[in-house]
Amino acid sequence: MSMLAFNSGVYAGGQLDDLAERMQRRAQTTPPGMCPVTLALAALEQSAEQTCGKCVPCREGLPLLAQKVRAIAECRATERDFQETLQLAHVIADASDCAIGWQAARDFLYSTEAYAAEYASHIDRHACLPGTGQSVPCETECPAHVNVPGYIALAAQGDLAGTIAMIRKDNPFPTACGYVCEHPCEAHCRRRLIDAPINIRGIKKYAVDGVAADTVPTPEALPASGRSVAVVGAGPSGLTAAYFLALMGHHVDVFEARKQLGGMMRYGIPAYRFPREKLDQDIRAILGAGDIDVHCEAPVDAARMAELSAGHDAVYVAVGAQGGKMLDLPGADAEGVMSAVDLLTRIGDGDYPDFTGKRVVVIGGGNVAMDCARTSVRAGAASVQVAYRRRIDDMTALRTEIDSAMQEGVEILMLQSPERIEVDEAGHCTALVTQPQFIGAVKRGRPAPQKASKPPLRIPADVVLIAVGQAIESAPFEEAGMEADRARFIATPQLKAAGSLPNVFVGGDCQLGPKTVILAVGAGKVAARNIDEFMGYHHTLNIDVEAPSPRPNDRQAYGRVEVHERLPHERRCDFEGVELGMSEEEALQECGRCLRCDHYGSGAMLGGRKQYV
Amino acid sequence: MSNENLVHVTIDGCEVCAPAGETILHAALRANIQIPRLCALGNDAGVGMCRVCVVEVKGQDALVTACNTPVAEGMEISTHGERVEASRRMSLSLILAEHGLNSTNYCFSCRKNGDCQLQAVCNALGVTEPAYPIPAQDKPHRDSNPFLEFDPNLCIRCQRCVVACNERACNHTLHTAKRGARLTIEAPFGPDWDTTGCESCGCCAAACPTGALIEKRRATYRSWEVEPTLTTCPHCGVGCQLELLVKDNRVVDTRAYHGASNKGLLCVKGRSASFDFVRSGDRLTTPLIKNHDTGEFEPASWDDALDLVARRFTELREEYGGEALAAFACSRSTDEDIYMLEKMARTAFHTNNVDNCARV
Repeated sequence: MSMLAFNSGVYAGGQLDDLAERMQRRAQTTPPGMCPVTLALAALEQSAEQTCGKCVPCREGLPLLAQKVRAIAECRATERDFQETLQLAHVIADASDCAIGWQAARDFLYSTEAYAAEYASHIDRHACLPGTGQSVPCETECPAHVNVPGYIALAAQGDLAGTIAMIRKDNPFPTACGYVCEHPCEAHCRRRLIDAPINIRGIKKYAVDGVAADTVPTPEALPASGRSVAVVGAGPSGLTAAYFLALMGHHVDVFEARKQLGGMMRYGIPAYRFPREKLDQDIRAILGAGDIDVHCEAPVDAARMAELSAGHDAVYVAVGAQGGKMLDLPGADAEGVMSAVDLLTRIGDGDYPDFTGKRVVVIGGGNVAMDCARTSVRAGAASVQVAYRRRIDDMTALRTEIDSAMQEGVEILMLQSPERIEVDEAGHCTALVTQPQFIGAVKRGRPAPQKASKPPLRIPADVVLIAVGQAIESAPFEEAGMEADRARFIATPQLKAAGSLPNVFVGGDCQLGPKTVILAVGAGKVAARNIDEFMGYHHTLNIDVEAPSPRPNDRQAYGRVEVHERLPHERRCDFEGVELGMSEEEALQECGRCLRCDHYGSGAMLGGRKQYV
Repeated sequence: MSNENLVHVTIDGCEVCAPAGETILHAALRANIQIPRLCALGNDAGVGMCRVCVVEVKGQDALVTACNTPVAEGMEISTHGERVEASRRMSLSLILAEHGLNSTNYCFSCRKNGDCQLQAVCNALGVTEPAYPIPAQDKPHRDSNPFLEFDPNLCIRCQRCVVACNERACNHTLHTAKRGARLTIEAPFGPDWDTTGCESCGCCAAACPTGALIEKRRATYRSWEVEPTLTTCPHCGVGCQLELLVKDNRVVDTRAYHGASNKGLLCVKGRSASFDFVRSGDRLTTPLIKNHDTGEFEPASWDDALDLVARRFTELREEYGGEALAAFACSRSTDEDIYMLEKMARTAFHTNNVDNCARV
């Protein structure tokens, strides 16, 4: 008798998932700055181990390819070797039977195109590109290069004022970033090797909730230089530049077109995500740092821009991307249709809409679309629906924002491409009509929607909010002599503005396109440093805080403490802050997971850290 | 071929009509288009290991293997061209790199030299070097089996032997082991060969495209020294077709032939035990009759011998009846001879006790 065993086979049925999951976390923790050739090599060697051994191109070809790529990685290969390597890879991609083989070669070939300069450097210069090399992940990935291990260690000691001071060394918006930062610092956190990235933003929020930022003194400004700098735009980038320039002893004039300071932090991000009194704490601290004059409701036109350039030693233009993009839809000019930016701008000055009983449809899939949807819920809408032409997974909004919106009753209509807006005789919109889509092939890195063979969908709507992106209002500045391309100002990597004005720097959303607070902060800091150099100085700022000595790493795996929100049925009724924050014990456990990469590993080496100051 | 199951394809510009499901390789053969190949074995779809038979099919992203890709209506196939040939050459040079050439002093001492399909395909495609310099290989041979031996250094892991043993001969004694890049062929010819299920049929050696897995007999001749003579295996009643390979007027080996009953396969007797006796010194060349006085066999004429046998059988039948006799034919006899023996048993011996040993 030959009986069957009831199982999936040796090392099947998910039996290897534990090892694969560790390997996956290892790959996700790839240190920033690592040479892409070595990463491609590691992938190839892994692929070579995955071969079943059947086909020659994979079984024999992949190990040989790995051997050849190792020679390239180790800078031993010539151009001829490189060409032979490419030939071999093309044959493996062309003649392997299954994807284990051909996709391995395709991935390698992709790397040679995506990182062509690095490969060329290995072949021609027998070295990596300058600057290649591992560095502390959180600090490097933070666009402002905040000393994350340092402030986490201070928070672990209960020194929340020190925490804020340490953040502020590189970023004068600790509160804003504690509330709304997209935390790129967490993406490659080395802690993921063990369990999960540290909740860095959560720790920062814990600090700024525990001690108000404006109660922590800023460092003493350097003696007055007698120089003055104009900053156009009082958003995160402009105010960051103003802060550091003031600390360096320069006089700063800040020009803001709107009534209040804060830019998109006030006129874009809703108060329930970032309560205004918290924003004001950051701004008060910045304005108290030195010789800063603020001019609100002072829009800058071409003539004024020319005056600023002539009348100041330097100008930093950081006007953001505040123009709401509209869709060219039939009926888009109907009453009830507005751009997301218009809605959120009005709210910034306290003009809250009343959507009581109205059916609201939001078009878009980014964070701004979620902001509009959740704002509409709070404005009393009878129903809020988000129409998006791709799938939920393709949305650019943070997953937590989408989940929170859905918990608050927002419905997501995915794969719906807006076709037209129905308008009644009075000129008021009545519905959004969409064409259903299906998700198709990946184009330019994203799955592209295609028209589905389904009838159009009519979504009744009293209000249609269009959240499909923002544009910069560059015309006056172009007229004054600055150069822009495709709605972004052109600048050197040092943020020197292109054009005829000799002393103008530019950064933030208006130079990068609509991005994040922390990128704008990073640009503002670089601009301040470079304006200082441009004016002939090389100021070194006072730093009143030091990172504590590290403790030994805690190697026990933990769950990651998440920041929770108030219950959906409560929070959807008001504009109060939604996040609850960490308790002390949660924050301390989270801080204790930090591996202090500034001390352990590459951080201790010369060049192992990325810092601006 | 019935029309409803035919598909129409173009191969190198030739229109070919082939049954649905047939591979590109075999459809090409219909138009006398030869596609180089190594691992494909016979008429069945291959496992597609060697990738030497790759061809270009219009509209497909990648090259496809002719040996196991079925034709589809309207396919436009190109069996040569720079892309195809570069790919074949690269695959062959990779194969050559795992073929331990040092083991045979670069083919000089290989018993398959001149009869090696790897050598032939490499020559045809102009591949003269391995893809990379290879370290000398020195894996131990497996040569305890009296008929067969395996040199793992020469093995290119094409798995033709695996197919031959498991799917053709259905002996299931030869397997692959250590999957992945370290995949090896486990040929059961080691010191414990006689405890394995291996019947030494040699179908594996016949399938091997290189000198890795060979009949030991090969040591006695080179392929160009022998003349084949097609014949029927004399060993049993199956009627396997084989060629006797003759060198200097001596049978030195056999080669399986695609006969209706054996389809290119042979058993150990047919392949290795059906011809050595031709030149045996023990072989009888005349009838012998035992001299009861001396107890020795003495040469006799056929008439004397047959008279003696006929007389004694008749006496036995008269004395004990036909049921006391039986006729048992040798399986190595022809059907006609066995029929005559059976006829004689029934009519002359008066018995139905007839049998035959054709049960190997």
